[in-house]
Amino acid sequence: MTTVAPRAAGSAKAAKPATMAQALRQAMRDAMAEDPTVHILGEDVGTLGGVFRVTDGLAAEFGDDRCTDTPLAEAGILGAAVGMAMYGLRPVVEMQFDAFAYPAFEQLASHVAKTRNRTRGALPLPITIRIPYGGGIGGVEHHSDSSEAYYMATPGLHVVTPATVEDAYGLLRASIASDDPVVFLEPKRLYWSKSQWSPGAPATVEPIGRAVVRRPGRSATLVTYGPSLTVCLEAAEAARAEGWDLEVVDLRSLVPFDDETVVASVRRTGRAVVVHESQGFGGPGGEIAARITERCFHHLEAPVLRVAGFDIPYPPPMLEQHHLPGVDRVLDAVARLQWEADS
Amino acid sequence: MKKSSTTVQEPPGAVVHRTTPPPVWQPRTDPAPLLPDREPYRVLGTEAAGDVDPELLRRLYAELVRGRRFNAQATALTKQGRLAVYPSSTGQEACEVAAALVLQERDWLFPSYRDTLAVVARGLDPVQALTLLRGDWHTGYDPREHRIAPLSTPLATQLPHAVGLAHAARLKGDDVVALAMVGDGGTSEGDFHEALNFAAVWQAPVVFLVQNNGFAISVPLAKQTAAPSLAHKAVGYGMPGRLVDGNDAPAMHAVLSEAVRRARSGGGPTLVEAVTYRLDAHTNADDATRYRGDGEVEAWRAHDPVRLLEHELTERGMLDRDGISKAADDADAMAARLRDRMNADPELDPMDLFAHVYAEQTSQLREQAALLRAELDASAEPADDAPGQGGTR
Repeated sequence: MTTVAPRAAGSAKAAKPATMAQALRQAMRDAMAEDPTVHILGEDVGTLGGVFRVTDGLAAEFGDDRCTDTPLAEAGILGAAVGMAMYGLRPVVEMQFDAFAYPAFEQLASHVAKTRNRTRGALPLPITIRIPYGGGIGGVEHHSDSSEAYYMATPGLHVVTPATVEDAYGLLRASIASDDPVVFLEPKRLYWSKSQWSPGAPATVEPIGRAVVRRPGRSATLVTYGPSLTVCLEAAEAARAEGWDLEVVDLRSLVPFDDETVVASVRRTGRAVVVHESQGFGGPGGEIAARITERCFHHLEAPVLRVAGFDIPYPPPMLEQHHLPGVDRVLDAVARLQWEADS
Repeated sequence: MKKSSTTVQEPPGAVVHRTTPPPVWQPRTDPAPLLPDREPYRVLGTEAAGDVDPELLRRLYAELVRGRRFNAQATALTKQGRLAVYPSSTGQEACEVAAALVLQERDWLFPSYRDTLAVVARGLDPVQALTLLRGDWHTGYDPREHRIAPLSTPLATQLPHAVGLAHAARLKGDDVVALAMVGDGGTSEGDFHEALNFAAVWQAPVVFLVQNNGFAISVPLAKQTAAPSLAHKAVGYGMPGRLVDGNDAPAMHAVLSEAVRRARSGGGPTLVEAVTYRLDAHTNADDATRYRGDGEVEAWRAHDPVRLLEHELTERGMLDRDGISKAADDADAMAARLRDRMNADPELDPMDLFAHVYAEQTSQLREQAALLRAELDASAEPADDAPGQGGTR
């Protein structure tokens, strides 16, 4: 764990709370300033500053060669990044939206994930692939997928997702610094979430792969990440009225998976619910629940439960509130953790 | 706001269509210089042959003979089980050799799985070049040390890598060219189009070499594309397309050299289509008699790249029977050395399975590595009832 003091954000307004989008931008800005090999590329990342404005100002500050608007072709973007990494650059690519990344999947699975391995370590590919993901912003189809299970199922990739403004900064710095490819999933409904951390303030950069207990508790563990963290924290507050003292673990990294933190928590509480908004069947929760069961069987007072999105293509925006796991669905699952008393 | 279902009415005050001319539009470039010639460029048997440096012709000949022998030897190694598979480039040696020879040491080669010969002609140890096909590891060499990308099995996916690398080199101010090889079937893949488009937009110093050998496994070119030629595809991206006889080694060398020169001097990418023929099957697992007749193969044998150059050199008095024999002997010696080396079993360490997945092993991989280690140790221990090895009581 290192603490970095980023360059000042360039204005006296640095004391204002920052959004996650600002933290991500600051992470790229600081990485680019420190390391001339860091290059950003993607559709709209330059003049427009990204459709979510996450790269706003970077082309103006570092030039078109460092922050490059590319042709609209995701396989080409990621494929070019592979070649750039082969020549010693550290590309950070933006995929704009979750479902837009699918054309690049062959590059990701066949080259990005495997090249270190197929060259026996001779050719590492330090590429960060930023993908705004998940729903809850009223996007039309193909703009709200939670595609993390595909990336988790591809050995050779790290899969990281921040849930807080501070982590957005720290995890992106760590991802860009990583000598391995990182799929960096940005929960787009948290882009405008704020914290007291501000661009220019010192920030913590940990090695990726460590979960964190966001809220300590004794009665059960909610295991979650990314966009569902806020749901779980809210559910934990609401559950107090029912006499439940819930611990909330934010995974932050899906690959590598922090068994240690999760297992320690579940052994303490004896009960676990995995919460995420991607589909349940074949989704991350199945893997997580299995890992918990394998390691905590004798500590468990109830089966590990999953609260996930339905096993459906992402619904139209006017119906997405029924699909996304909300506080009530989490609380219902927590209630079911008393199963042995009822059965 | 409902409108008539049968007529579209202009809203009040709208500009009436076509009363004002549209803004001026022109294609950005004159397509004429980008278009390939109607016939593949040829040197052998033409007046241009007289202008080729005799030393280059001799070198090309030696490399073609060695390449032909290499293809035969590698094919034989598949029959002996020493190679898992070998996609032969017999008949395409002129393309393979020229691709390697036109590059400087600092340049990069991006081969497909059929381009082992180009990799060897670039100077890589043949055993390292055959590692993938032997099956002991996926890539047998350090790509950055030799400036040869891993042999790419997925089709055309290495082309955007060539573009990205060339682009990065140019950003860094390095005088580096990337040459990327792909087959005719690969030109149908999306990555082919994206790579060409990126290269042209970025004016990246890349040469794309399409070896049109007639078939994508069994599918003939006519079912692959409706384009007049594969070289014609270049014009749509805004780069020159060049058509060349892929069995004419000095023609291949000339066209690729010119493309490399253009790339190095800031002229951007070129798409080169080499019209050639795969005389062998796709791989040893393929039955080429199912999709092409003997007559077609024989017609192409008459246009064999080795014989074409041999004929030219003989006609010009640069090669005689002794010279032909010497080249064949040299190639045989190379093949014998390769055979000997490939007959040695590679030493593999199973623990390498976990060594290079990530820079640092995850805890999950450490657990799995420990499992395999324990299995290996258990299988290495002698059984309890095995005879003792000289222990005394």
